Order: sequence, then structure tokens, then C-alpha cells
Amino acid sequence: MSCTENKARLAERQEQWQVMVEKALARFPERKENFATTSGIEMKRLFTPADVETIDYNDEVGFPGEFPFTRGVQPTMYRARFWTMRQYAGFGSAKQTNERYRYLLEQGQTGLSVAFDLPTQIGYDSDHELSDGEVGKVGVAIDSLADMEILFDQIALDKVSTSMTINAPAAVLLAMYIAVAEKQGVSSDKLRGTIQNDVLKEYFARGTYIFPPQPSMKIITDIFSYCKDNLPNWNTISISGYHIREAGSSAVQEVAFTLADGLAYVDAAVKTGLDVDVFAKRLSFFFNVHNNFLEEVAKFRAARRLWAKLMKERFGAKKASSMMMRFHTQTAGCSLTAQQPDNNVVRVTMQALAAVLGGTNSLHTNSRDEALCLPTEDSVRIALRTQQIIAHESGVADTIDPLAGSYMVESMTSEIEAKALKYIEKIDDLGGVVKAIEAGYMQQEIGDSAYAYQKSVETVEQVIVGVNKFTIEEAAPENLLRIKKEMELEQLKSLKAMKANRDAAAVAASLKELRRVAESGDNLLPVIVSAVKTYATLGEVCGVLREVFGEYIEG
Amino acid sequence: MDKKIKVLVAKPGLDGHDRGAKVVSRALRDAGMEVIYTGIRQTPEQIVATAVQEDVDSIGLSCLSGAHNKLFPKVVDLLKAQGAGDVLVFGGGIIPDEDIPGLKAAGVAEIFLPGTSTEDTIAFIKENVTTA
Repeated sequence: MSCTENKARLAERQEQWQVMVEKALARFPERKENFATTSGIEMKRLFTPADVETIDYNDEVGFPGEFPFTRGVQPTMYRARFWTMRQYAGFGSAKQTNERYRYLLEQGQTGLSVAFDLPTQIGYDSDHELSDGEVGKVGVAIDSLADMEILFDQIALDKVSTSMTINAPAAVLLAMYIAVAEKQGVSSDKLRGTIQNDVLKEYFARGTYIFPPQPSMKIITDIFSYCKDNLPNWNTISISGYHIREAGSSAVQEVAFTLADGLAYVDAAVKTGLDVDVFAKRLSFFFNVHNNFLEEVAKFRAARRLWAKLMKERFGAKKASSMMMRFHTQTAGCSLTAQQPDNNVVRVTMQALAAVLGGTNSLHTNSRDEALCLPTEDSVRIALRTQQIIAHESGVADTIDPLAGSYMVESMTSEIEAKALKYIEKIDDLGGVVKAIEAGYMQQEIGDSAYAYQKSVETVEQVIVGVNKFTIEEAAPENLLRIKKEMELEQLKSLKAMKANRDAAAVAASLKELRRVAESGDNLLPVIVSAVKTYATLGEVCGVLREVFGEYIEG
Repeated sequence: MDKKIKVLVAKPGLDGHDRGAKVVSRALRDAGMEVIYTGIRQTPEQIVATAVQEDVDSIGLSCLSGAHNKLFPKVVDLLKAQGAGDVLVFGGGIIPDEDIPGLKAAGVAEIFLPGTSTEDTIAFIKENVTTA
């Protein structure tokens, strides 16, 4: 039978089926009138070959490891090596966190991921007045190289890859990491890992900004340039949609705003004279994985394809490695419920499976108790085991991109790509990401989605099991992890002792040199590395930069 | 006609998670209240200054960073010091059950935990604010 005959026969069969559907509907109406996703993409009753008719397999789907990377960035994907299992962790003091890291590595985790407390993320030492009450709460407190040495004690930095969720002060924490490695006898070219270093999303979704956008972009491109020469295996940025989604965006908005940020970084780097085919291979991404399983799988495939096309079309990237989007994924923190928290294990399992079927390169699985507190050791172990069960028992990692060719998944992939591109073009029209942030565009879009979602939960149009349906009376949860009050005091004591013991003249000289370089516009990284080696604190280094660059105030 | 209830929704401390604060602000507005949202990274002093200047009836504090035990009571104390101790203060966020009695004893009228319907918050404010 010819192709045309096939199509005609399909259309005919579908019409017949439609008659049957109408009869069924007359007797049993469907559960909802509208089955759209939160991105406003219609979940059709049935997808057929007609839905993928216009998708050219060779151009749009292709082969793993080849442009446009819809099916994954490596030619053999998980058949060679599973994704990196990387649990985001950090709390209290460097010593406590170091214990948790060594526990996770013993349990088979394959990469580290550092959570810093808020003062560290905003460039304040533990003894700053704004740090009061926040020290060691959402992550580990790092004031100086002395803390960083304890954090990585007995962890060989040439053997492990480390991701650090640090943005505005990323250069300072990277410098400390380099200095710790040097003390271990590991040269910087051996270091593998990632700094988040994605300040743009801080302005509209996460909040740990320090400097205004222009100097922030300058520090970021300084890092690109420094790492290209000194840390060739380091991912210089992790362009993050995770927090955009947590702030309430839809899946499409997550892809669009993340890629728009990515384009802004590439554009800034190219404008400083860097060659796209030299630095782009070290760009990495970070996404959320939420509850709508099929939409999430399609989202990852769409994001890879769209990024590859944009890098080729907009920046003339030539090397495959400049166009391939490698990404980390974390299950959706905002989907966790404080009610019946053990149910979160099931949510996380499905989300993690979607990330794997979407071809993630590394993964964090949330712990069941994270709507209540920082995770306990038991909860973290279950979360890690979830990944190990998917990897070793489910069989889904044995063939590449197994959902490809599904009429639904391919159709959804194309639709997410098209809708995300529309958003990116809208941001282009507004004059780019920085202008769009100033106009409050992303903030408004995300706020609208968050509010619509909350309404749908409150009207029970969106069921959250254990929250607005299937609820039970529960006793207060027990065995939660708490950060002891004494922790903050101990951190202040050790900071004071460290300051008393260091070479004050060397610190002062390094900070003076830092100021000179910051004012000159030269690359900041070499002087920051020198400064942290004198045990100048994070707050002191950021303090100088604050004075030179000014601070961003939310509009 | 009754005077509109005026609420300040505020984010004390360094925490940037403002999805909840923004959703609650919008829900209160939709319920007919006048709402001012401070934005993130506000000190208790800034929050209280805004509250006094705007003469609000109530303050909703949102904190997901674990610093609530320091920050919430500080706001209440500063209000009292400014002679604005009658302002109804409530809070929300990732707050362990065991912290709630201490926060209430410090003068926070109510704590709303994850999963709370905005309807409950609206009802609470309407019942407890006296717009005399």
C-alpha cells in the first residue's frame, strides 16, 4: 500500500472510531472537559501517526550523540555508564557536611553536590548582622578556605566530581576549591565539577543576587575565560530552570526562560571575544522534573533539540560539543507534601523515571521529608536507592531513549519546542533577558502560572493525594533533622579564631590588589584565588566587590 | 461600608523563596483586601517601618530558610516598641510543629504550614483583624 493510501485509510479508521467515541461519551462523560497540561498543551484523547506526520525523523529526532541530540547527547547513553547519582547536600558546619558526604559516597553515590547556607550564597560571613539566624540552615556555612578544607577532608578531589550551588560568589568558592585541591596535591586541570554561576535566574526566580546584572555578567565571563585555560574539565555554569519551575512556572516556561538565560551568557561571552566553539562545551544545564510524566519526558527532549538549533543558528557553533545540552535534573521540591510524607517516595520515583527516560546526565532525587525539614540520613538513603533501583532493576537504561517514536511523546516534544521558542522570541522583542527582568516579564509569567496552579489545587481540579483528597488525621512527624542552635555560635567562634591566626598583612594586601583589579576590568579570578589562599574570607572578598560594583536592589 | 483590610506580606531574612508570599498576596487581594508585598530579603526593621508607615492591620511573614525563630519574634518585638503591637502577625513556611508554640508565645497569632488553602488564611485574617 502506498503512503497516500495508508493516510486515507488512517483518516477513515479514525472517523469510524470517532463515532464509537461519541456513543461512549453519551453514556460515560469523560472525567474532565479539558485535559491540558499546566503548559496549556492539550492532552489529546489519542495520538496517531497523523500527529507526527510533519516530524522528519532524520532532521528532528535523529540519533543519540548527533545533532540535534533529541535522543540524547552520547552515542550509547546509559548502556556505557549510568547517569551521575548526585545528591545535593549540606547543612550546619563543614564538619557535619563532610560526614554526610563520606556517608553518601560509601552508599554508592557517584558525585558530590554542595548546598551552601544563605549567608554564603549572598557573600556574607557568618558574623554579618544579616546572617543572624541563617547560619548553617539551608546548607553548609563556608566563611573561608579553612572551612572548605574541612568540607573536603579525606575526599580525593581528583577522584570525585563536585557540583556547587553557588551563584553570585561562584568565583570565590571555585577559588577555594582550587586552593583545597592544591593542598591535596591535585592540580586544577584535574578538577571535575560544576558551579551553578547562573546569576540571571537569581534576579527573577531564586533571589541570591549580589551585584547588578552588568558586573555579574562580567564575573561570569571571567570565569569562562579562566576555566578554559586552567580548569578544562570544569563546567563553568549550570544554566538553571530548576528554580524557575519551583517558583511556579510551567514546563514550557521552564525551558524557554532557561534557554533565554543561556543565550544571554553565550552572547556576553562571544562579545568579550571568546570563541563559541572553545567555551560552549563547558556550559551545562539544570532542570526540574515535576509530576506530569509524559510532559516531562518530552520537555527534556525538546530542550536538547531547541538548544542545539539555537547554538547552530544564532552563534554559528560548528562543533557538536558546542551544541549538545548536558544537564542535571532534580525532582521537584515543590511537589513534595508535608502530609503523608512517605507518599513522596512514590512521587520522587516517578519523577526520577521521567528524568531518566528524558536522558538526564545526572540526577538528584529528593528525600521524603523535605517539605518538613532537611533530610535525615535514612531519607537520603531511600532517595539514593530510588535511583539505584531505576538504574539496576527497571531495565529502562538498557536501550536509548525508549519513548522515541511514541506518537504522543514526539508530538509533545515538538509542541514544547515550538511554544518555548515563541517565549524566547518574545524576550528577544523585549530586548533580551536583562531588559525582560527589569520589565518584570518573567516574574509576571511565573507568578500567573503559580497562582493558576494554586487555584486548581484549591478547587481540587488538580488532585494532590493526601492534601486535597485522600486525607487522614496524622500525628506530628518525628525524627526530623534539626540544626542545633549552638552550631551558629561555634561557627562564629571558629571564624574569630581563624581571623586571629592568619597573616593580617597578607590578607590586607590581597584585598587591595583585588580592588585594583576589579576597578581595572581585568580578569578577577587570579586575584581571587590569591586572596582566598591568604584566608581572606568570603565576606571580605565580596565586600570589596560590593564596593566596586555596587549592589542590586529588587525593583 | 467596611474599611478594606490592609495587609503587609513580607519576606524577612535572606530567603528568596517567594512563590508562597506572592500567591498569598494575590489571594488576599482577590478576597478584597489591600495588600502590599515587600519583596525578598527584608530586615525585620524594614518590615516594621513599612508596616507602621502604611498603617497596616496585619503582617504575613513568609520564611522557608529555617530562620523563623529569630526573625518572626523580632518583627513582633519591634512592632510593640513602635506602639504597633495591635497589628495581627501571622506566618508561614517550612516550620516544624515543635517551633509553633514558641512562635505563638512570642506573639505570632498563627502559623500556616505547607498545603494550607489560601481560603483558610483569608478566613483567619477576616476573623481576627479589627478594623476599627
